[in-house]
Amino acid sequence: MYVAVKGGETAIANAHRLLADRRRGDRSVPSLTIEQLIQQLGLAVDRVMAEASLYDTSLAALAVKQARGDMIEAIFLLRAYRTTLPRFGTSLPIETGRMRVERRVSATYKDLPGGQLLGPTFDYTHRLLDPTLLGDDIVEQPANREDGLEAVMRVSDILGGEGLIEPDGNMPDDHVAGDLTREPMEFPMPRDLRLQALARGDEGFLLALGYSTQRGYGRTHPFVGEIRMGLVEVEFEVPGLDFAVSLGEIRVTECQMVNQFKGSAKAPPQFTRGYGLVFGQSERKAMSMSLVDRALRTEEFGEDVIAPAQDEEFVISHCDNVQATGFVEHLKLPHYVDFQAELDLVRRMRAKQAGRAQGEPREAAE
Amino acid sequence: MNPADHAPAADPRKRVMDLLARCSRGQLEAAWAQVEPKPAFARLREPETGLVMVRGRIGGGGSPFNLGEATVSRATIQLTEGTVGHGYRLGTDKTAAEWSAVFAALWQLPAMQDVVERTLLLPAEEQRAEEAAQLARETAATKVDFFTMVRGED
Repeated sequence: MYVAVKGGETAIANAHRLLADRRRGDRSVPSLTIEQLIQQLGLAVDRVMAEASLYDTSLAALAVKQARGDMIEAIFLLRAYRTTLPRFGTSLPIETGRMRVERRVSATYKDLPGGQLLGPTFDYTHRLLDPTLLGDDIVEQPANREDGLEAVMRVSDILGGEGLIEPDGNMPDDHVAGDLTREPMEFPMPRDLRLQALARGDEGFLLALGYSTQRGYGRTHPFVGEIRMGLVEVEFEVPGLDFAVSLGEIRVTECQMVNQFKGSAKAPPQFTRGYGLVFGQSERKAMSMSLVDRALRTEEFGEDVIAPAQDEEFVISHCDNVQATGFVEHLKLPHYVDFQAELDLVRRMRAKQAGRAQGEPREAAE
Repeated sequence: MNPADHAPAADPRKRVMDLLARCSRGQLEAAWAQVEPKPAFARLREPETGLVMVRGRIGGGGSPFNLGEATVSRATIQLTEGTVGHGYRLGTDKTAAEWSAVFAALWQLPAMQDVVERTLLLPAEEQRAEEAAQLARETAATKVDFFTMVRGED
């Protein structure tokens, strides 16, 4: 028999009212503005856009505010919002080679066309808390260098010129890029779909998996060929116009990981690659993604799958933090009936065992 | 499709629409105040916000893959005399998309092109170039100039 139980309405309404109060906090402290979040907590906003798989700084900042800074909750909110919108179509692929670069570093070449451009990085900071930020500190304007920037050549093209590295990944000619938001997951999964999953995957999960490959669980001998971060145009073919329109620019971070060789009797050895591309400024995520992308190509290179990071189904099925939190957190919802059944079962098992021990059936007594 | 396929076409409307996509709503409304006489127009497509799936390329230059979506607002209007304008831009500002559509149409009228260029497009172009140059100067200042230390050994 199934009995519907009601009675939580008032408690729920009051809980949400309490949540709104706690979110706002002390009313004598000014409320955060969306612009403050975009300007001063920009990397939090970027992470929400990347893992929600929706580029919109204002909405992502709103989600961060509404979620009280709970990133996965904010990601969930933005994901839910995107389902309310129609899709106009698909952009032309962004051209990261033509990026307006704000940062570009290579760990494989010291001197390379375009140079090492550190940009706004935490690298080389001493990680000491800065008490001047306790107040409304005055921050100096950035330094300027007038001789400007040279063209920033892609490191993969430098190596590619000599044939020392595998080319950018190409799917078969008749392959249409898959879309996880439209099709159910199936394994084995082609690389383009895996990259989509990784690009929206949880930063912490991918970081841990990337780290595991470095510690020996599926080693790939990586070098950062190049990391670049900056602005790229999003071009879109508008129906009725015979040219692609630029919709504006978005900020992305790209990582080209260079990994150890693969060759065969026919082909001389060359470096292999892992690729990471992420919305916003998110170097840790782009690097982790490129490590995991390479690890997931294990079978393609004829190597044995021996480590978690190489297991496509394991990695892709568990990298989405909205799905993960949904399933983990559902455990706190009422399971009263399921639990009653288990309780009953364990009591009967115990009774049976006790009966066996005493040599008499006790179940009849209950 | 390769973007190079579009480059030679060089339809001047592309420059106009690209610039309009970058104008703020405030800039568009300020420019509208300077348009005289104000032409009437009708909506061919109601302003709406939706999504465009942004694609990347495997390895940066290989086959396309779906990176994630972006919000896009769009509108299409028709001036009473018949010219059609489309407005497309990132974000959720439908009003700005409609203003973009209005100016994209106005620009196509010989009598109006000058005022649209003067009040909107040329300043937008200048602003875009200056912002790009400033970003490049700030980034260039963080460029590493390596030098070699001569060590006091043989």
